[in-house]
Amino acid sequence: MKTMLKNKNTRTNLLTYLVVIVAFVVMQVLNSQGVLGSSMKGYLVPICVYISLAVSLNLLVGVCGELSLGHAGFMGIGAFSGIVIAALLKDTIPNDALRLVCAMFGGGILAGFVGFIIGVPVLRLRGDYLAIVTLAFGEIMKNIVGNTYAGIDDTGFHMAVSTSKMKLEAGGKYIINGPLGATGVEKLATFTMGFVLVLFTLFVVLNLINSKEGRAIKAVRDNRIAAESVGINVTAFRMKAFVVSAFLAGMAGALFGLNYSSITATKFNFNTSINILVFVVLGGMGNILGSVISATLLYVLPEALRSLEDYRMILYAVVLIVVMLCTWSPKVKEVLSVVTDKVSGIFKRKEAGTNE
Amino acid sequence: MKKFVALLLACLMVASVFAGCGASEPKETQAAANNSGETQAAAADGSAPAIKIGLTGPLTGGTSEYGLAVRGGMEIAVAEINAKGGLQIDFKAEDDEADGSDKAVSAYNTLKDWGMQIFAGAVTTGSSLAIAAEAANDQIFMLTPSASAVDVAMTGSNIYQMCFTDPNQGASAAELMSQKWPDATIGVIYDSSDPYSSGIVEGFLAKAEELGLNVAVSDASFTADNKSDLSTQVTKCKDAGCDLVFLPFYYTEASQVLTYANTVGYKPTFFGCDGMDGILNVEGFDTSLAEGLVLMTPFDANATDDATVSFVTQFKENNDGKVPNQFAADGYDVIYALYNACVAAGIDGNTPAEEACAMLQEQFAGMTFDGLTGKSMTWDENGMISKAPAAVVVTDGVYVPMD
Repeated sequence: MKTMLKNKNTRTNLLTYLVVIVAFVVMQVLNSQGVLGSSMKGYLVPICVYISLAVSLNLLVGVCGELSLGHAGFMGIGAFSGIVIAALLKDTIPNDALRLVCAMFGGGILAGFVGFIIGVPVLRLRGDYLAIVTLAFGEIMKNIVGNTYAGIDDTGFHMAVSTSKMKLEAGGKYIINGPLGATGVEKLATFTMGFVLVLFTLFVVLNLINSKEGRAIKAVRDNRIAAESVGINVTAFRMKAFVVSAFLAGMAGALFGLNYSSITATKFNFNTSINILVFVVLGGMGNILGSVISATLLYVLPEALRSLEDYRMILYAVVLIVVMLCTWSPKVKEVLSVVTDKVSGIFKRKEAGTNE
Repeated sequence: MKKFVALLLACLMVASVFAGCGASEPKETQAAANNSGETQAAAADGSAPAIKIGLTGPLTGGTSEYGLAVRGGMEIAVAEINAKGGLQIDFKAEDDEADGSDKAVSAYNTLKDWGMQIFAGAVTTGSSLAIAAEAANDQIFMLTPSASAVDVAMTGSNIYQMCFTDPNQGASAAELMSQKWPDATIGVIYDSSDPYSSGIVEGFLAKAEELGLNVAVSDASFTADNKSDLSTQVTKCKDAGCDLVFLPFYYTEASQVLTYANTVGYKPTFFGCDGMDGILNVEGFDTSLAEGLVLMTPFDANATDDATVSFVTQFKENNDGKVPNQFAADGYDVIYALYNACVAAGIDGNTPAEEACAMLQEQFAGMTFDGLTGKSMTWDENGMISKAPAAVVVTDGVYVPMD
């Protein structure tokens, strides 16, 4: 154990898990004591969802070095397919938690599959071009889902892209109703499942980063030509990161969709993609714990600023700019490093003490 | 280090600017502060505390016009009621950014933490759908001023609407057309990405088929992403020879349709729904182009009855001379309908939300309400409103009731 802890990577990873677990336990205890208000309770599941989204996007943007602006598109695919799967399995699997897991995996797999199909042409591109194409992908997905009608009746499952082609028998029920989105969704999501999703996402991403594949992916990011010259299949590794990232986003999307009784395709627009990207950038590229913390804080911040009424969105933007400037300013880093050095100095002395 | 100090100072200055903004907040907030002062005074007198009514709507962003209008209308009603004495109202509005999921629910939850007893929102359909399920679950009475989808009212027995449902409005439009223009060739342009617009079209087409109307163009749709240029849709109607064009969407896009039709010399009769209300106030729009436009709106700001005149005057005073649209009038009516029902049922600030919900449901089932947006309004068992549809024609730059 001690030798394991000496590895800096392992230490950071364990710290990440520890932070998430402690936060979960604290929230559960507070909840059981009835301290949490309805708004705080309402934040729990979306925070878990956004943490998963930020961590999975960090794999793509921070670790793989590919700027993707279509993450909300994958989230949307996961959300709507998850809702459909949950509705279809209603009679087959009466257990809510099991049905939720099926819906999440279904949503994840579909998002991952779409990610693969999109990845074949898209991953031939790099940098700005990739960003533009993923942006377009997100918008296309939003419009496709916004025009999809899906419903279930006695004769089975129906799907169409216009109301005139969609004919449900009497007693049939719409699951996705075009621009109105999915309505009357049964709320299956729970905070515990959100916590499990965050752990699962961390497990997948952290293990991937610290594996042979992860090192190859980082090598591709740092120098593509050098990586190619030592025999790394660049396309395959970029594709791996892209599909895993899409899969995790799909799972998070399914949990998000099943947390609200209605959801529209417009939720998964460009703004949501940018929001997730902001979580990643402010948390630090490639810094997983940073993504977890920034997603939590930045999701709660605009809600906490509600007392400012009309000024809250302006202040939110100002806070973003200040944080961005401060974390990048060398002077601030210098000041911070003095503090962190002192803290780590204490730990080192302690460690040295225990070794003796 | 100098640079860092400079940055810090800059931040402080920015912060102080905002502090300055905070000090000179608009009148409404001060009015609200006065209101709460009054309600505290009332409580000190030994009478019951004020009843807490909450609203969520888009107060920022692209659709904030609707949210701000509803809030403005409700604030006038609240101020009038509180000035009367008797039952007092404590009113609070939260921003839901017109979002259909997490933002809407957290705005609603914030109001719940504040102690809301009755929910008078949400403004947009998407937010209302997300919140309606929560309100049904919590048993908080909900009367939405402007969310018109059928699914909203169908979510629960405690969800009520102040506006027409979309398919109903489409059906009444078709009926009106069959009376006035039975032989017209009709073209329909609509926003397929908007539930309001596509809901109306759905009801309209079904009724038009039943009445045997000649609908020549029914697939000239656009989406929220490509609404900046609607020339192809107008050309389609022109080529099909339509002499009556149905525009069931909001006035900002409609103003483009009218402008483009004018430039190509296409002059059919244009027919709009309640979302068209406000077209005469679009900045930079030549109102002479709207001449002859028919629209179905429950509220006419130029009406001469006392209630409307006093409402319009007060609204203009509070909102820098802005003319209220039907959203504001719906908001005003919602507060009065709730107030009347609360007085009749004896609900006050001490009544728990669940109890108030059951009592209000009973009241609304048998209640008849006269407001700015219609007379003798009643609600059916699903919470949908029934009132007479009214149409106006734009003549010389003002609405004239259609005979």
